[in-house]
Amino acid sequence: MAWDWQVFLNDDGSGRTYLQWMMDAWGWTLSVAGCSWVVAVTVGALIGTLRTLPNSPWLVRLSNAWVELFRNIPLLVQIFLWYFVLPKIFPFMQKVPGFVLVVVALGFFTSARIAEQFRAGIQALPRGQRYAGMAMGFTTAQTYRYVILPMAFRIILPPLTSESMNLLKNSSVAFAVSIAELTMFAMQAQEETSRGIEIYLAVTALYAISAFAVNRVFAFIEKKVQIPGFIVAGGTGGGH
Amino acid sequence: MPPLRRLYGRHDMGGLDLSFVSWDIISKFVLKGLIFSIELTIVATLGGILFGTLLALMRLSGRKALMLPATIYVNGMRSVPLVMVILWFYLLVPLLIGRPIGAELSAVVTFIAFEAAYFSEIMRAGIQSIPRGQVFAGQALGMTYSQNMRLVVLPQAFRNMLPVLLTQTIILFQDTSLVYAIGAYDLLKGFVTAGKIYGRPEEAYLLAAVVYFVICFGLSYIVKRLQAKIAIIR
Repeated sequence: MAWDWQVFLNDDGSGRTYLQWMMDAWGWTLSVAGCSWVVAVTVGALIGTLRTLPNSPWLVRLSNAWVELFRNIPLLVQIFLWYFVLPKIFPFMQKVPGFVLVVVALGFFTSARIAEQFRAGIQALPRGQRYAGMAMGFTTAQTYRYVILPMAFRIILPPLTSESMNLLKNSSVAFAVSIAELTMFAMQAQEETSRGIEIYLAVTALYAISAFAVNRVFAFIEKKVQIPGFIVAGGTGGGH
Repeated sequence: MPPLRRLYGRHDMGGLDLSFVSWDIISKFVLKGLIFSIELTIVATLGGILFGTLLALMRLSGRKALMLPATIYVNGMRSVPLVMVILWFYLLVPLLIGRPIGAELSAVVTFIAFEAAYFSEIMRAGIQSIPRGQVFAGQALGMTYSQNMRLVVLPQAFRNMLPVLLTQTIILFQDTSLVYAIGAYDLLKGFVTAGKIYGRPEEAYLLAAVVYFVICFGLSYIVKRLQAKIAIIR
């Protein structure tokens, strides 16, 4: 079988080449993933922190329920829920753009996983850290802000790296509600041009490049925020 | 049943109307999909563990000719979205064997190949968790490499990794919904089809979510119990 890379220079019927379309699609993939990442880390950090609070059993229960709810339903089904079911129950959501709904769906789905990592990261800290904060006269909020969270953030950077790469890969599920991202492009361009192998190869390469870039960015951050002498390998933490 | 309809009807549930659901519909549309989803999960788990263990052994063999292809395969699979892998296999397998195969069979092949990469990472961690002394003890008894692996290392690795393997199986079960991309008839598709025929797509999605949640939540509860049990014995 002969290669036909020229296919990317063909017109897709709307005045742009398939190459341009693919670059637009890459942009959509990165936008969906980037926006979802912000939602996921914000909500995940909040929920994960709530799960470790010492004297608030109801907040702990509520955040545990959050994690179980968003972890036990497939992402595709969650996207359908946000895209079709919730707008039907709450008509005001019909005006919300599909992009936002997918971002919220992917963000909340990932937030459950990140919350789990935050909980594990916070609980990996020696209990003495918390007591030290209390002994200094810190409130619970101050203890978290100045003692626990700065350490926990560094501990969870390695799992957060792989979860961010997962998020990028999971953004492909947005094809199901016709977001014009890479997987959607791959399916449509394959059908229109019947040069599936070339199209898929290009799309797969873009995914791999993006995932690798995410990996490098996190490796850079990890190095930047590293505290000398504080070894976090294995997630055990603590310098005692 | 009009009174029931009025009670749970259009206005009281934010426009949702679940009254179309009956056992008849479930057994006609959903059951077939549920059975396929479960079959796919079981076959992909067993196949994935089998090939995953082989890949893990290749990566730990210390021979470059074995390590390199296994490493490339595992890292390659893990850097591509599952949906793309599903599309790849659906495109490639018919080209390779020269005749079209159904979406269902294509899904089975894809999931075995894809999950093997993930299970291999789990098994690799499991094998590495076995103290070196165990391997040396096997060697001291005069065991060959394969005897040592089969009788000493792998049984312990499996046992150590059992909770992780089962958790991966739950994720796998959720991931089977992605065969939507090639139109295979799984649990989700069963609900979607029923919803389409009865003009109630939103209700069908909601029910699908409930069913997936109940199954996955139940399974993860069992895994949690099992984990506690294993931890006590050890």
